[in-house]
Amino acid sequence: MTNTETYLKKEREKEWRVDLRKQIKNKERISKTRVKMPEQEPDIRNRNSSEVNLGLTEEQAVNEAQRCIDCPNPTCITGCPVNINIPKFIKKIEGKDYTGAAHVLKETNALPAVCGRVCPQEAQCELACFYTQKLKKPAIAIGHLERFAADYERNSGNISVPETSKSNSIKVAVIGSGPGGLAAAGDLAKYGYHVTVFEALHEIGGVLKYGIPEFRLPNEIVDVEIDIMKKMGVRFVTNFIVGKTASIEDLKDEGYKAFFVASGAGLPRFMNIPGENYVGIFSSNEYLTRVNLMGASREDYDTPVLKGKNVAVIGGGNTAMDSVRTAKRLGAERAMIIYRRSIQEMPARVEEIKHAQEEGIEFMNLNNPVEYFADKQGRVKRMRVQKMELGEPDSSGRRRPVPVEGSEYDVDVDLVVVSVGVSPNPLIPHAVKGLNVTDWGTIKVDQETMQSNIPGLFAGGDIVRGGATVILAMGDGRKAAAGIHKYIQEKVIK
Amino acid sequence: MSKIVGKQHFSEHVIMLEIDAPRIAKKREAGHFVIVKIGKKGERIPLTISSADPEKGTISIVIQIVGVTSHKVASLEPGDELTDVVGPLGQATHIEKKGTVLCAGGGVGIAPLLPIVQATKNAGNKVITVLAARNKDLIILEEQIRKFSDEVLITTDDGSYGKKGLVTEGMEEIITREKINQAFVIGPAIMMKYASLLTKKFSIPTVASLNTIMVDGTGMCGACRVSVDGKTKFACIDGPEFNAHDVDFDELLVRLGAYREEEKESYERYLNSLK
Repeated sequence: MTNTETYLKKEREKEWRVDLRKQIKNKERISKTRVKMPEQEPDIRNRNSSEVNLGLTEEQAVNEAQRCIDCPNPTCITGCPVNINIPKFIKKIEGKDYTGAAHVLKETNALPAVCGRVCPQEAQCELACFYTQKLKKPAIAIGHLERFAADYERNSGNISVPETSKSNSIKVAVIGSGPGGLAAAGDLAKYGYHVTVFEALHEIGGVLKYGIPEFRLPNEIVDVEIDIMKKMGVRFVTNFIVGKTASIEDLKDEGYKAFFVASGAGLPRFMNIPGENYVGIFSSNEYLTRVNLMGASREDYDTPVLKGKNVAVIGGGNTAMDSVRTAKRLGAERAMIIYRRSIQEMPARVEEIKHAQEEGIEFMNLNNPVEYFADKQGRVKRMRVQKMELGEPDSSGRRRPVPVEGSEYDVDVDLVVVSVGVSPNPLIPHAVKGLNVTDWGTIKVDQETMQSNIPGLFAGGDIVRGGATVILAMGDGRKAAAGIHKYIQEKVIK
Repeated sequence: MSKIVGKQHFSEHVIMLEIDAPRIAKKREAGHFVIVKIGKKGERIPLTISSADPEKGTISIVIQIVGVTSHKVASLEPGDELTDVVGPLGQATHIEKKGTVLCAGGGVGIAPLLPIVQATKNAGNKVITVLAARNKDLIILEEQIRKFSDEVLITTDDGSYGKKGLVTEGMEEIITREKINQAFVIGPAIMMKYASLLTKKFSIPTVASLNTIMVDGTGMCGACRVSVDGKTKFACIDGPEFNAHDVDFDELLVRLGAYREEEKESYERYLNSLK
């Protein structure tokens, strides 16, 4: 048995857990139906920027926690990139120790309120849940419960700051304050390092701030979690671009012993079709940054954003859903998703697709833009799309979209958001001599330690993965923190 | 927060601010720019660094008042603080010894031209500079430019200073007089378009520095995209300088006007709020 397994067993055999298990028969637990997340009504929420999901009530949370049978071999944990002790936190909820549940989350997760909202649980912990795997029933709503515990603790006004080891005064630099950087910074602070997070933008949070909209993840929630990290001793420096404002070498001279690069997948991709640079055609990064980070939709903010009556968003990922739902909220009469495959192949979370459909978003699947046309002022007014059909599966295992010859037709649009993926930001790879990168421009790292070919330089998140999720970036951040700890203990101190 | 340590009025609408930014001052080279933001709810705008003092730890930017943000930034006084300054951004100017180099600056574009004139001269070139503006008041930094130019020719639209005429007329006078090996043109997009058409006619390799709309300035948003030789480039990380003869200036002009209406309206609202 590994250390983790032994630890989990020991935790499971604690008296309070044994008692809880005895209180309700498994048969009764299994007979309960999965909780439904309370939501704002679609026709109301598509006109405001408040959160769509309202969060579980105490009663709902306890009832959902009771469904969990506290398996002897909890497979759910294997599905979690940051290894949350899932049964333990759920059982804390069942025992109505909600802040205790939040403490369990924080043992391994620096951002529980964030993850409870934006993690694709259905593809991770909930997919690995005993209910999904063996009972063929809806999984325990692990994500909803995580959010409940984190929100409860935050709203209690008595939010805990995770314990940190005594400061060892060794300086470590984290580059990028998105989910990967924050997760690493949290763990490094726990190990006792003097951590500084360098952020290029004027706000801390990376994609959590500029990318994910308020209606899915309010900025305020991100700020609370960042405040906790400040209390743990993490220093944040905004408006600082490592590779420009100072080089890695400069920072080494200033005493930094190790670096974690989590600079994200910065560069938006375009399709390179005629007319794509007309006014009114944005990348999803630009559109969402203007609205989310810069407050462009609010009267008292200086940054403008173009509004559209007929808005087309190109793509089928979560960012495309965020963009199209944002456009709807900013007053679009028609807000359309144009995606070249069918709805089954969409990479977006099922929940996001469902929410979008409820809010009146039109899904134009098996369509692909081929050209844009503009009015005299250069503003996009029409797009030409081509119908597609699905052919043989491609390398991703999804059926390849094939154009249907002669099927082109025109759609009136006055705003287009291109959301067809991102490339890694080349800033760091360009600024560090001799750094090994892939043909895609992502940084090559050791899978276990996240160390690059340059000793002391670690990397994770989208700059390594290309384009992934918040939680995978956080998993990388935790691994890298452990890798950095090992590196410093073995190579720097000795 | 970055402190303003100096301010100079070039004219009613053009001012220079010296900003405390020691790290940027140390790293910055000719061609680099910064992004600044004023106030918590402010907008991010790119501004080229016109000079820097690494010892003192300051950079200088020149700003022309055209809208809300530039108005607010230009209203700062020494001692005030600018909320956000980040940089240095963009690719530095590629400078080498070419022989005779023609530098042409239009209006506030003279400010970003200054470090290029300086670096070009220091690289051992003969530098001839043409400064152009609508009127005398808008000719800025003349003295500093003269220091690093072998010859300076000034044109104004209204003839209030130097020769009456457009920048292209001044440039053509030089080009037809002597062999030019390289040209730099910086100014309003429309000026760069015609200046670059002229140098193309005479097959003079020319670099233009583009002043696109930007948000983050680090390649993340693509607001600054321009067509260069038929390919889409990002002015913030691939530029801001490009081979002028490959730039689609008409597209640039259209894209620069994306928010013209919104900007006009919000500026009027802002000016009214000051009354």
